[in-house]
Amino acid sequence: MRVFFALLFRNRLAGIGGVVLAIIVALVLLTPVLPLQNPDVTAMGDRFLRPLSPGHLLGTDALGRDLLSRLLWGTRLSLAVGFAAAVAAGLIGSAVGIIAGYAGGRIDNAIMRFVDMLMAFPYILLALAIVAALGPGLMNALIAVAAVNVPFFARNIRGITVGLASRDFIDAARLSGKGHVRIVLTELLPNVLPVIVIAMSTTIGWMILETAGLSFLGLGSQPPQADLGSMLGEARAAMISAPHTSVVPGVMIFLIVMSINLLGDGVRDALDPRLKSGALTRPMAATRVARRNVPEAQGSGLLQIDDLEAQFHVGRRVYRAVNGVSLSIAPGECVGLIGESGSGKSVTALSVMGLVASPPGVITGGAVRLADEDLIGAPYARLRALRGNKVAYVFQDPLSTLHPLYRVGDQLTEAITSHHRISAHEARERALKLLADVRIPNPAARLSAYPHELSGGMRQRIGIAMALANEPEVIIADEPTTALDVTVQAQVLALLDDLRRRKNVAIVFITHDFGIVGQLCDRVAVMYAGRIVEEGPTERVLSDPAHPYTRRLIACVPELGGGRRQLPAIPGLPPAVDQLPEGCAFAPRCDRATPDCAQGEIGLRGSLRKVRCIHPEAEVGA
Amino acid sequence: MGRYILRRLISAVPVLLGITVIVFLIMAMIPGDPAAAILGSYATPDNVARLNRELGLEGPLWQRYLLWLWHLLHGDLGRSYALNRPVLDEVLERFSATLVLAGASFILCAVFGILAGVVSAARQYGFADKAITFVVLIGISVPAFFLGMMMILLFAVDLRWLPVSGMYAIYGGGDLMDLLRHLIMPATALAAVATGVIARLTRGAMLEVLRQDYIRTARAKGVHERRVIWGHALRAAMVSVIPVLGIQAGFVLSGAVYIETVFQWPGIGRMLVDAILKRDIVLVQGGVVFVAACYVLFNIAVDVAQSLLDPRIKT
Ligand code: SF4
Repeated sequence: MRVFFALLFRNRLAGIGGVVLAIIVALVLLTPVLPLQNPDVTAMGDRFLRPLSPGHLLGTDALGRDLLSRLLWGTRLSLAVGFAAAVAAGLIGSAVGIIAGYAGGRIDNAIMRFVDMLMAFPYILLALAIVAALGPGLMNALIAVAAVNVPFFARNIRGITVGLASRDFIDAARLSGKGHVRIVLTELLPNVLPVIVIAMSTTIGWMILETAGLSFLGLGSQPPQADLGSMLGEARAAMISAPHTSVVPGVMIFLIVMSINLLGDGVRDALDPRLKSGALTRPMAATRVARRNVPEAQGSGLLQIDDLEAQFHVGRRVYRAVNGVSLSIAPGECVGLIGESGSGKSVTALSVMGLVASPPGVITGGAVRLADEDLIGAPYARLRALRGNKVAYVFQDPLSTLHPLYRVGDQLTEAITSHHRISAHEARERALKLLADVRIPNPAARLSAYPHELSGGMRQRIGIAMALANEPEVIIADEPTTALDVTVQAQVLALLDDLRRRKNVAIVFITHDFGIVGQLCDRVAVMYAGRIVEEGPTERVLSDPAHPYTRRLIACVPELGGGRRQLPAIPGLPPAVDQLPEGCAFAPRCDRATPDCAQGEIGLRGSLRKVRCIHPEAEVGA
Repeated sequence: MGRYILRRLISAVPVLLGITVIVFLIMAMIPGDPAAAILGSYATPDNVARLNRELGLEGPLWQRYLLWLWHLLHGDLGRSYALNRPVLDEVLERFSATLVLAGASFILCAVFGILAGVVSAARQYGFADKAITFVVLIGISVPAFFLGMMMILLFAVDLRWLPVSGMYAIYGGGDLMDLLRHLIMPATALAAVATGVIARLTRGAMLEVLRQDYIRTARAKGVHERRVIWGHALRAAMVSVIPVLGIQAGFVLSGAVYIETVFQWPGIGRMLVDAILKRDIVLVQGGVVFVAACYVLFNIAVDVAQSLLDPRIKT
């Protein structure tokens, strides 16, 4: 609860709304004891006095009545009516909702059918019909507004009740022989009450506005009684000659509604946990870059990653996802990047084309060179021109990575037309050829399918075809087979292997499965806690792992390509990347660890084979 | 698709019937002799007796309902004694004026609401986002009738840019330009709240969509950011925006009642209020049923639009 209020008032606007509303409510409560003039005393000699006239702070209206006094009394009436309408609608609606939800079955069905019908009306029609039947008057307007809002409460509360009614504690109460009424009152109601109160408080502003509206139309409060709406309605006749008589009640309605809205938004934000973590931010077109210096190139690969550092900034916390990763990929080479989830392998791969979600992602250091051109911090236009053109991606779950509302053919041709000006016909021809390349049967028919109409393996072939569309030099495949079942996985891997040999495209293959690496990759780099801990030719690493972590990873693979493995056999968890320990990050889980493992910086040693360990399992040579 | 529309239309029949029942029951709550209430100041004993016979008002409730429904299905909404003309004629005439106003307003709020929401999301926390959020906050808090009055003061009285009220100029008007000049202010005032609500919702939906994997895929393909936002993201966001458009259309229609009063627009909202004040019950009954039925049909159109947009909806 205290957290809730802290969150509510950290929201400055909600605070302002709360203060304004508090002032208005205080004024209204004090109105009877304030030294005000009688709001109904007319003085024909003092008609339409301007604001700040002596004796009349806000001036007078068409009958010479004091506007300040009328404003406060009118506000009092409007607030009272709005509040009463909200309470009435809330109570009746909630009762209906609880009954429907608790009874279930046919009763529920009948009630909800009726509620749906009421909701089929534009709300004011119903209110007007009720006022027409009952006759104009403030009480009748109140009834009409409350009645119109009953379905809203009924539907909401029913939904919650249905959820609760099937829970264990209700069953238990039933079995203990409690009557229905007692169950509803003692078990159900306490759980639903907070929701009812919140729903009521958020609708009060709305109710005030609606009753004011009916009064404005002359259907609500009747003279001499006046709420804010009828004050405004009466002032309309003199709107042009004496605008202040309209402005005064109008601004008051505006202030009330706005302060309630602000407060309501604040409450909603405080209740919505997603806003606390800042997760409801959208990633920008390219990852934010904040690096101080550009490191020298450490190799001459086609794709050359040097000392890459990427972090996630969430609030005041910094998660260091990638900590100085260097990797070199030659043309046509296939390099595996392997590690547990959270090891930084995906972030490394996404950094290449600035695709790390940002915010919260920031690239804080290092360089990524494609054919000697540094891409970190390259302007967006340059990145866009390279994306999908020179460096293409294949992502994990093709159901979520393909757009659900576009036909796959359109998504495929778009990959081409984003980089080449060609006719629609030509694009279609090339799309057909691409589908044939990834061995999709009956390609012409597939072009007009939507992703949800295809199988998982088919979708991933589409993903691969999209990556191939512009004959890229590098394909970065981020766990492309993890979401597929084993047989399909094998087919997709065979396809990738075949394509890379035929088209001489370099592949960076990200996975957590050593079996796949063994099938496909020339070289492998093992990542742990944002760093590369071992690197070398695949066969050598597989047969003779040097890092204790690598050895354990390999031991986890039952047979090559044997499906998904989440490395269950390694005890312990990888360290949280916002509190990396000193020394070797693997030390807490390592059975070869010695005290000096937890000290200082442990470098990556070796040249052809590299390892970051002071007690390696095998020698890697100089 | 045709079969889907047909199915939706058939499923609307019970709702439409329910609407007639509800309206009829509400009107049956009128205390006293309904014929006298209907006739209002024309209620001479002679007239009352004749009307009772004409409308079959002596019978039990269900009989009266069936009779009324029977006439309704034949396009006969009864006769307004205050106006001395068939209700349907009056309703059609006034509803067409409302349709112009509410239609223009709906287009305004849909276009500007979605535009503002998308810009706001694409520039999250930037200047444009903050400015839009602020304007939206004001927009959804100003009562439409007050906003309308203030617009009249500013644009019609002070600046003399636009006519104060009405649908056409009394002298020399009547063409499209004249209509548009009269339409600008009421349509804008009516659209304000809905625009704000739609903008907010679109912003939220866009933020949600922009975090999806398929947006990253589009960017990874090298699709231009403009197309990512206005194509890929907006299209997906529309799936949650369209139902809100349907709901907001109901609010626009409701708000028209106020705006028609403020701007003396000869629409059906004004007609209903006048009819209530004059106790012209037959006219109220007919008007309410007619507009509610139109709104139900409109919502079917919204559902159809949704199914056109989203192939995952089974049609
Ligand atoms: S450095 Fe020490 S703790 Fe780390 S992997 Fe090597 S032996 Fe284990």
